[in-house]
Amino acid sequence: MSAVSANAGELRPLTYRLKIGEPLLDLKAFEAQDGYAAMHKALKEMAPADITQVVKDSNLRGRGGAGFPAGVKWGLIPMGPDAPAEKYLVCNADEMEPGTFKDRLLMEHLPHQLIEAMIIVGYAVQAKHGYIFLRGEYIAANERLNNALAQARAAGYLGQNILGSGWNFDLNVHAGAGRYICGEETALINSLEGRRANPRSKPPFPQIAGLWGKPTVINNVETLSNIPHIVLRGADWFKGLSQGKSTDSGTKLYGASGRVKRTGVWELPIGTTGREILEEHAGGMADGYELMCWLPGGASTDFLLPEHLDLPMDYDTIMKAGSRMGTGLIMAVDNKQNIISVVRNLEQFFARESCGWCTPCRDGLPWSVKLLQAIERGEGQQGDIEVLEQLTRFLGPGKTYCAHAPGAMEPLQSALKFFRPEFEKGIKSSV
Amino acid sequence: MNTQVISSDRPPFELHSDDRAAIEHDMTHYADPRAASIDALKIVQKRHGWVPDGAIYAIGEVLGIPASDVEGVATFYNLIFRQPVGRHVITICDSIGCFLTGYEDTVAAMKKQLGIELGQTTPDNRFTLLPICCLGACDKGPVLMIDEDTHGNVAAADVAKLLEQYA
Repeated sequence: MSAVSANAGELRPLTYRLKIGEPLLDLKAFEAQDGYAAMHKALKEMAPADITQVVKDSNLRGRGGAGFPAGVKWGLIPMGPDAPAEKYLVCNADEMEPGTFKDRLLMEHLPHQLIEAMIIVGYAVQAKHGYIFLRGEYIAANERLNNALAQARAAGYLGQNILGSGWNFDLNVHAGAGRYICGEETALINSLEGRRANPRSKPPFPQIAGLWGKPTVINNVETLSNIPHIVLRGADWFKGLSQGKSTDSGTKLYGASGRVKRTGVWELPIGTTGREILEEHAGGMADGYELMCWLPGGASTDFLLPEHLDLPMDYDTIMKAGSRMGTGLIMAVDNKQNIISVVRNLEQFFARESCGWCTPCRDGLPWSVKLLQAIERGEGQQGDIEVLEQLTRFLGPGKTYCAHAPGAMEPLQSALKFFRPEFEKGIKSSV
Repeated sequence: MNTQVISSDRPPFELHSDDRAAIEHDMTHYADPRAASIDALKIVQKRHGWVPDGAIYAIGEVLGIPASDVEGVATFYNLIFRQPVGRHVITICDSIGCFLTGYEDTVAAMKKQLGIELGQTTPDNRFTLLPICCLGACDKGPVLMIDEDTHGNVAAADVAKLLEQYA
C-alpha cells in the first residue's frame, strides 16, 4: 500500500480527481493520478475470489438505492470450471430517479474510473462482456464514455488476454430510449435484450439467470466507481472513511435540490447528517423559504420532517426512521408548496412511468392521481383518504413483480402520516 | 369516425445503406441481434426525424425478428417517435425537482410562445413540445432538452430567447 501516495484520494476517493471546468482526464492524465493502478494490481496480483473477498470485507453497499452488499451479490455468481462460460457485467447507468444527479457527474467527468472498475469487477466474476446501460438523454456521458473506452481498448485494457491474464473482456455503452422502469434491474435486462422493459419475476435472480439467461452482475455507477479504491487501499481503509459517523462504510455522494441556496453533489463520509448536507453544504434554504419536509433519496422514498435532519444519512438509520436513504440526494420541499400538489406530481410521474405489466400498478397509480387531483381542488369525497390508504396497501410490497408501485406508495403513505389535516381540508364536507 | 384499415401491404421504405451498416455494426456488440433493436430505431430516427411504418419492417428484417416485435419496442420507449415531429424536439422535465422550482411557469411560457399544447407540433414544423421524466439535472431546475442540448435554470422569461437559437 505504501506505493499509493497520500492525497485527497484517501478521503474523497470518488471525486478527488474531478475538477469541474478543467479538461477531461484522458487515459494518460488519469493514470498519472493512480488511474488503472488497481486494475494492474487486481489482474496481476489477485485471484478473482480475492477481489470479491476484499469487497465483501469492505461492506460496500449498493449505491443505486437498495443498499445490497456488492461483494455478497458477486458471491452468488457461479465460479470455477463448471460455471457457464458466458457471464455478464452490467452497469446500471439509467439514472432517472427524480432528484438524482450523481451518476451523471461521475460519468461525465471520470469515465475512466468507471471503466477501470468494470474491468476489475468483470475479472472478479470472470465475465465475458460488460455493458453500461446508459439513459439515452445523457449525451455528454455517452460521448465521453465511448472516447474513454476507445482509449482503454487501444491501451490493451479491453480485448483479448488483458495484461497477460489470459482473460478476455470487452465493454460497450448501451444507450436507452427513455422510460424510468429501465432502472429496475430485471426490466433493464429485458431492455438490454431489445425487448419492452417489463420486469421479470424473481427468482431466478440475475446472478443465476440474467442477460440472455446467463449469470449477470448488475451494479450502479457509484457502487462500481468505489471498487478500484477498495482494491488499491483495502477494506479497512474503506471502512474508516465513514469516520465513525455510521456502521456503513465509505463515502457517499450526497446532494441537495429544491429551493436551497446552493444545489449540488458532495462526496462526504457515509452517515453525514441531513442537517450538515442541507445547512452546511447546500447553505440552507433559499431566502424566504423554510423547510416543510424532505425526500432523503429520490421520489420513491418516504418523506421525512425537519426533526429528522439530525439523523445520520445511512441505510439502516433512515430505514428505522420510516424512509429509505435511496440515492442519498435530498429533495427539499419548501413551505410555499401545497403538499397535496407535491404528492400529486409524484404520483403522476409514477402513473405515467408504470410499464403496465401488473394490474395494481397500472390501474392503482392513475386512481391515486385522480383522488389526489380531486383533493387538490377541494373536491374530495368522503372516503377518498381511506381509499388512498387502501391503495398504499394494495400497491405495497409483494403485490407486483417489481418495486415500482411500492416505491410510488412511499411518498404517499408518509404524506398521509405527516400531513393528514392537509388531505382532510380537500374533502368536501357532507351535505 | 376514424377507421383504421389494417392492410397486409407493406408501406414503402428504403433503409439507407449507411443505416443498415450502422445497425449491422451494433448487432456485433450483442449475443443476440435483437438487442440492437433500440439502436436500430434510433439510427433510423436520426435520419428521418421519426420512425415511419415501413422502417419497422425493414429493421425486423435486418435483425431477423418479426416486425410486430420491433413495433412493440418502438411503442414502449418515449424517445422513439412513431409519428412525425418538428425539426426540433423540446422535452421538458415535469418531475418533482423541476416541479418544486417552478417548471409549470416555464411550460406555460413555452406553450404561449409556440401556440401549442404538450404533445403537439407547431404548424411551421419547427418545434414539438413533449414532457419528460427527470433529466438528472435537478440542481439546475427547471430543466429541459432541445434535441441533444440540455438547458438548466430555464425561467419563463428565458423561453423566447432560448427558442430563437433553434431555427
